[in-house]
Amino acid sequence: MVNLIVELSKYIMIILFAGYTYECFSVLGRKSKEKQARIFARQTALMYLLHLNAYVVIFAVTQEFALILFYLAQVILITVVLNCYQIFYPKASRLVINNMCMLLLIGFIILTRLNETKAVKQFIIVTISIIITLLIPMLIRKLKFFHKLTWLYAAIGIVMLGIVAIAGATSYGAKISFTIAGITIQPSEFIKILFVFFIAARFSASVKMKDLILTTLVAALHVLILVVSKDLGGALIFFVVYLVMLYVATRKLSYFLGGILCGSAASVVAYKLFSHVRVRVIAWRDPLSVIDNEGYQICQSLFAIGTGGFFGLGLYQGMPGKIPVVEQDFVFAAISEEMGIMFALCLILVCASCFLMFLNIAMQIKNLFYKLVALGLGTVYGFQCFLTIGGVTKFIPSTGVTLPLVSYGGSSVLSTLIIFGIIQGLYILREDEENEYGSKTGKRKKQSTGKKKKKATSFDTEFEKLGE
Amino acid sequence: MVTYLFLAIFICLMGYMVYFQVLRSEDFINSSYNARQDSFQTRITRGEILSADGQVLAQTNTDAEGNETRYYPYSNLFSHVVGYTSKGKSGIESAMNFNLLRSHSFVVERAVNEIQNEKSMGDTVVTTLDTSLQQTAYQALGTYQGAVIVLEPSTGKILAMVSRPDFDPNTLETNWDIITADEAGESVLLNRATQGLYPPGSTFKIFTTLEYMRENPDYGSFAFQCNGSASVDNTTIHCYGNSVHGAEDLKTAFANSCNSAYATIGVGLDKSSFAKLCEQMLFNKTISAGGIETTKSRFTLNADSSNGLTMQTAIGQGETLVTPLHMALIASAVANDGVLMKPYVVDHTQSSEGELVKQFEPTVYSEEFLSKEEASALQEYMQYVVTNGTGQKLAGASYTAYGKTGSAEFSSDKSQSHSWFVGYAHREDKPDIALAVIAEGAGTGSTFAVPAAKQIFDAYYQ
Repeated sequence: MVNLIVELSKYIMIILFAGYTYECFSVLGRKSKEKQARIFARQTALMYLLHLNAYVVIFAVTQEFALILFYLAQVILITVVLNCYQIFYPKASRLVINNMCMLLLIGFIILTRLNETKAVKQFIIVTISIIITLLIPMLIRKLKFFHKLTWLYAAIGIVMLGIVAIAGATSYGAKISFTIAGITIQPSEFIKILFVFFIAARFSASVKMKDLILTTLVAALHVLILVVSKDLGGALIFFVVYLVMLYVATRKLSYFLGGILCGSAASVVAYKLFSHVRVRVIAWRDPLSVIDNEGYQICQSLFAIGTGGFFGLGLYQGMPGKIPVVEQDFVFAAISEEMGIMFALCLILVCASCFLMFLNIAMQIKNLFYKLVALGLGTVYGFQCFLTIGGVTKFIPSTGVTLPLVSYGGSSVLSTLIIFGIIQGLYILREDEENEYGSKTGKRKKQSTGKKKKKATSFDTEFEKLGE
Repeated sequence: MVTYLFLAIFICLMGYMVYFQVLRSEDFINSSYNARQDSFQTRITRGEILSADGQVLAQTNTDAEGNETRYYPYSNLFSHVVGYTSKGKSGIESAMNFNLLRSHSFVVERAVNEIQNEKSMGDTVVTTLDTSLQQTAYQALGTYQGAVIVLEPSTGKILAMVSRPDFDPNTLETNWDIITADEAGESVLLNRATQGLYPPGSTFKIFTTLEYMRENPDYGSFAFQCNGSASVDNTTIHCYGNSVHGAEDLKTAFANSCNSAYATIGVGLDKSSFAKLCEQMLFNKTISAGGIETTKSRFTLNADSSNGLTMQTAIGQGETLVTPLHMALIASAVANDGVLMKPYVVDHTQSSEGELVKQFEPTVYSEEFLSKEEASALQEYMQYVVTNGTGQKLAGASYTAYGKTGSAEFSSDKSQSHSWFVGYAHREDKPDIALAVIAEGAGTGSTFAVPAAKQIFDAYYQ
């Protein structure tokens, strides 16, 4: 009987998640506010149902009553978050909120299945983080000096990265974290955000050659420290974010391509110089031939994904525990194994949907500093998703980064929630901008919409607010 | 632009996942390191293994209390090739583990089984093995330790694979300690047909001949006067039984298996080119045989090797070691006009109701493993061995036999040798079959291995 529940549920969950994912993109078409509201309501319902279904399976298999309480706690948390945003930030993007909650819930589901203690810990961290980050949109809206703190961002970033590089604890070959009062912190997760702010502040102030060079040097220093700490994934994210922001700020394709060329050259040098880079590449090329050493982790991950197949083995039916650090860097493999490649593909689409929203906000907002911030954070998010999923599936060599909001890890979850909070703040700012514009020129909403349609991309209409 | 770039990356990522699952995942799923395979056992009853002629080689019996036992009706006969699944896995049981534990039986039946918490029946693996040929091969080997492997050159199908000493997989668990203690040093579990490394003896002269042909396009004018031995530096090579073969060309030297001639040929060969030829002829390379465990044959001669070692190597002694599978493949390529087919042992899998699930097609290993001319020259030489040389016990049958004998010395006692025969047979009405026979310590190739091969050919063409 339990088997039947597991078997049936895996299909139901794929259908529910596919429905949810479909709505992520269907909302982007030109739809009326009422229609959009209905879509978001449907999404929320699908999210609750999927979560419920997963916990029915978890309970059916484990028979632990404590997990019912845990389930209820999660439902309460998500309900509170959804309502808080609706009450305090009616102008915030519902799609981003929904996606944030969906990703957190998927994280809870898979972590409960993998390791209940870690799941509870994660839940506590998420709760605290959400309370903190609920304030962020308001801060973004009220405080107007973010673009002035340029050198403070860089100073904090470089000093913190430097401390970790020198005194940090080594985990899986990389120095990325240190522990204070029993709490392990991974500073690079937060410095990503400061880094984006630093670059945005510099570029929004000036893109003259002299300033560009100085900015580039400071950015390069960040990346170098990370390389020295052997945090390859981190270094790569900083580098790509910098390039993308440079390109958008200067609109010079030659900078972007030149940067990529330099990056490629640097990768080759790194390959020759560092054994840990070579190890990753060897494991990527032919993992089965080095399965006893370098290729062990990636092979286990591919066993999991491959054996799981398109529809998954069902929760608790696979062996995700065989994959080292499955709760963190390789959580995607566990999801794919037990919930199916179909589910995993939807998960990629949901991440893509978040990324699209981030970049869309960047395109819409007029203030150059905030535009670059949105762009930078969007790139951080999108590129990190790509690195972790690509690494787990052997699309690219594994770099050891987490899947935002889904993977276990306090620093990762808090920093991602901060990013989501900032994006919501910017979204609301953009709404304000639009209203200002609208009232100054005395145009009514209808007209401005009509005008916008000409130049806007198809998914702009999502921004026409529900709760104005 | 940035948006589209990233979207393209995400789409590539999704495309790659689908690509991986559809085309690449089998390699990973079927890896013996993948512990997940066994988790299927709780839901699926391990499927049957059948011979090509429909006989059950392995099946799972479930008693009234639901206890499962794997039953092998032929006991020792197929022990190595079918393998075992208690105390680890081997043979087809290991290679097809994943397929045996997947069920493609009727969907409704599987759902009903799920509800009733009953196991579904795993897929059936249908092999290319022929029970009567396997039986003949098994008996042909008599009480000797050794191996027989029989292939179909045109497809690469393995028709029979015998390795002795053998074991009864039905009682393997009970006898495990005795078998693995191996006090007699017999390596019972080793599949000698694919993993046994033997000195090739005179069967190696096929390779020496081939190298000589490649280096000397006018090999037809080769002439040698055999007076029973050949000496270079401090090494003297004697012909078997100190025979004196007299005047020979290459074909008669091959048919007589004349050590003096071949040792002399060996010294004249370009050693590094010889080594290259042997690499191309699958030495030092992993040969895949449909997932059955194989060992690499070994060839160590190089440009710096001494003349003594070269002479030894040219007649198949020295440091060279081969597997019977490897030698059977060489014969098979000769028979197939130079085209080598990949050996395989599973023809298809089917659901427990008999619906085809997956068909394994013959695949070419190398289109021009040997050139047409080389193949036809070797065909001529190998036929001459049967008509006029060491394989004459195969002459005068309803089929035409081709081959090369070997008597491989394996210890300092020169009177003891492994008996080899490598060859194939042809008759218009049936596909050719190629084989390799090795009987440990059974004497010369012509005394034991040739008659053994004859029994197999006779049974096949009967």
